[in-house]
Amino acid sequence: MSYNFKETMNKPERLAPGHRMCAGCGGTIAVRNVLRGLHEGDKAVIGNATGCLEVSTFTYPYTAWEDSYIHNAFENAGATLSGVEGAYKALRKKGKLNDTYKFITFGGDGGTYDIGFQSLSGAMERNHDLVYVCYDNGAYMNTGIQRSSATPMYADTTTTPVGSESNGKPQNRKDLAAIIAAHDVPYVAQTTFVQNFKDLHIKSEKAIYTPGAAFLNIMAPCPRGWRYNTPDIMEICKLGVETCYWPLFEVVEGKWILNYEPKKKLPVEDFLRPQGRFKHLFKKGNEYLLEEFQKEVDRRWEELKFRCSRA
Amino acid sequence: MAKRDRLSGNEAVAIALRQINPDVFPAFPITPSTEIPQYFASFVANGQVDTEFIPVESEHSSMSAAVGASAAGARSFTATSSCGLAYMWEELYIAASNRLPLVLALVNRALSGPININCDHSDSMGARDAGWIQMYAENNQEAYDNMVQAYRISEHKDVRIPIMICQDGFITSHAVENIELLEDQDVKDFVGEYHPETYLLNPDCPAAVGPYSITDYYMEAKRNQAEGMKHVSQVVLDVAKEFEGISGRAYGLFEEYCMADAEMAVVMIGSAAGTTKDAIDRLREKGIKAGLIKIRLYRPFPASEIAEALKTVKAVAIMDRAEGYTNHGGPLGADVMSALYRAHADALAVNYIYGLGGRDIRVEDMEGVFEALKQIIEEGDAGETYRYLGLRE
Repeated sequence: MSYNFKETMNKPERLAPGHRMCAGCGGTIAVRNVLRGLHEGDKAVIGNATGCLEVSTFTYPYTAWEDSYIHNAFENAGATLSGVEGAYKALRKKGKLNDTYKFITFGGDGGTYDIGFQSLSGAMERNHDLVYVCYDNGAYMNTGIQRSSATPMYADTTTTPVGSESNGKPQNRKDLAAIIAAHDVPYVAQTTFVQNFKDLHIKSEKAIYTPGAAFLNIMAPCPRGWRYNTPDIMEICKLGVETCYWPLFEVVEGKWILNYEPKKKLPVEDFLRPQGRFKHLFKKGNEYLLEEFQKEVDRRWEELKFRCSRA
Repeated sequence: MAKRDRLSGNEAVAIALRQINPDVFPAFPITPSTEIPQYFASFVANGQVDTEFIPVESEHSSMSAAVGASAAGARSFTATSSCGLAYMWEELYIAASNRLPLVLALVNRALSGPININCDHSDSMGARDAGWIQMYAENNQEAYDNMVQAYRISEHKDVRIPIMICQDGFITSHAVENIELLEDQDVKDFVGEYHPETYLLNPDCPAAVGPYSITDYYMEAKRNQAEGMKHVSQVVLDVAKEFEGISGRAYGLFEEYCMADAEMAVVMIGSAAGTTKDAIDRLREKGIKAGLIKIRLYRPFPASEIAEALKTVKAVAIMDRAEGYTNHGGPLGADVMSALYRAHADALAVNYIYGLGGRDIRVEDMEGVFEALKQIIEEGDAGETYRYLGLRE
């Protein structure tokens, strides 16, 4: 698939400026770039789980969404879009609608990995023709940085605070992309903001135009929750990929494909160091925590490479 | 031409639904409502409807998908009972606040625990303040007739409020009774096409549904729902009048049985009204002036009309098939007593809790209630107003 950065970035915005998301928010970057995957002229209905994105872009009486948009509740973005897509099929069948619509829903990791997991699983298993996009910033940011099952090990969050008896979150993060791939849906991909958004753009377009259910997991850093210097977001994302903490891959019709392998895999501490939520890992005496973290990254990377090699 | 048949309440509702042919039906099984999606799935499998049937993974998702479908501009339906309704709780409020016309067939069943699959009204009574219209049936004929009228009420431009069509679990939903069905075409003509005003799949004008709204607009949104509710009673009566024209069956906000000269009355909801009518027939033979008010429309509550109907009654027993845990009675008791108070009515009123978890109620039980009312009239004192009927001693 060819990619022209300038052309892609100059497509008409489908999320209007003037919304109330934080400056430098990864969620908004994810949304704008996913929507650039829509072909001009195609209509869309956008779904949204409760979270920062919803409360900041559709504050009555204002909406930032150029397309039709529905927010229902926190845990049911999958089911809600299932109903919208069902309505589309029914109205088409009855000859009441001729236009082409695409269905894309956004949820944070709380609304996707945790409370919305059942609803997401149902929508994926039923293979509705929709895309579920998780903008994964690894915690419940809207309610004030509480841990989710997407939060990485050792992260300092407001419900896994670092203290004399605590090194942050004790558990590893859930591998949601693999879980959704196990639903046998036609398209699953993991991506973030690298390569001038080429990877994200190509995967968004594929996800939107693959018939059936598709799932995109996008690492979308949150400057407040991660506590890095806000303008450094692109560097943070790059380090996520170059350390193999956040590998870029696709699962197409059950086939695992590794999209990028760093020439020189960087140590994960390069990704962790700029983030305040991992500050305690760099204290003297905590070297073993960094080692543990590195071991987990290595284990997952090797497992991913194994999956991708079996094609 | 009407067709005579013998059907259960669930099958009757499913047939009404086949005749209506809604656009989207997200479904999840729960006893005793399961047969409704089951029958309907066979209509889908046999090409008798062209509905999108979405067998979802929970009741929360069935109502979430129904909300999505309705917001998208489709005529939507789902069915449930008991814990399924409880699981939908959040979505009931969201459907109502978005002013989405949709129909939920509720087959009333006790809420857990202890877990119990039989009839009482604790499920829908708990949802009485969710902003839905609630309509109840005594038997399968009424369940069918209410279902045929449901979309006309819910989709009315002055209403646009979701509606719960309730029938008693097992007693009505599973018992097979004689029924008169309308012709398919008559139902289609009566229900008509759905023309939403603002909807997601309108190619000419995108819509945004489900905003964040805080102190500056939330209260107006709630008041707006209440304004819609004010129009419901008149629309229910208008639709009933038109329905009588095609069916010959008359409906109001409630049914009055032997109320014209009644000195004592029972107010109740659902299938036990049939039992009460038998008790009244026996008492009338003995010259006792007993009557019944059977609620059809419970939300909004026809308070002034009920108070008017009870104007000449000396004593009334209000029968609740749900606990309210107020220490003084159930929800229907509170609604009727409040209506009597506002109307400065003189009737002495008592509130019975009965039939919880499917506890049987017999004609003799209801004769006992009228006996108690007789005593209240004689003594001029209601005595204990919070009573239980049919409790094991």
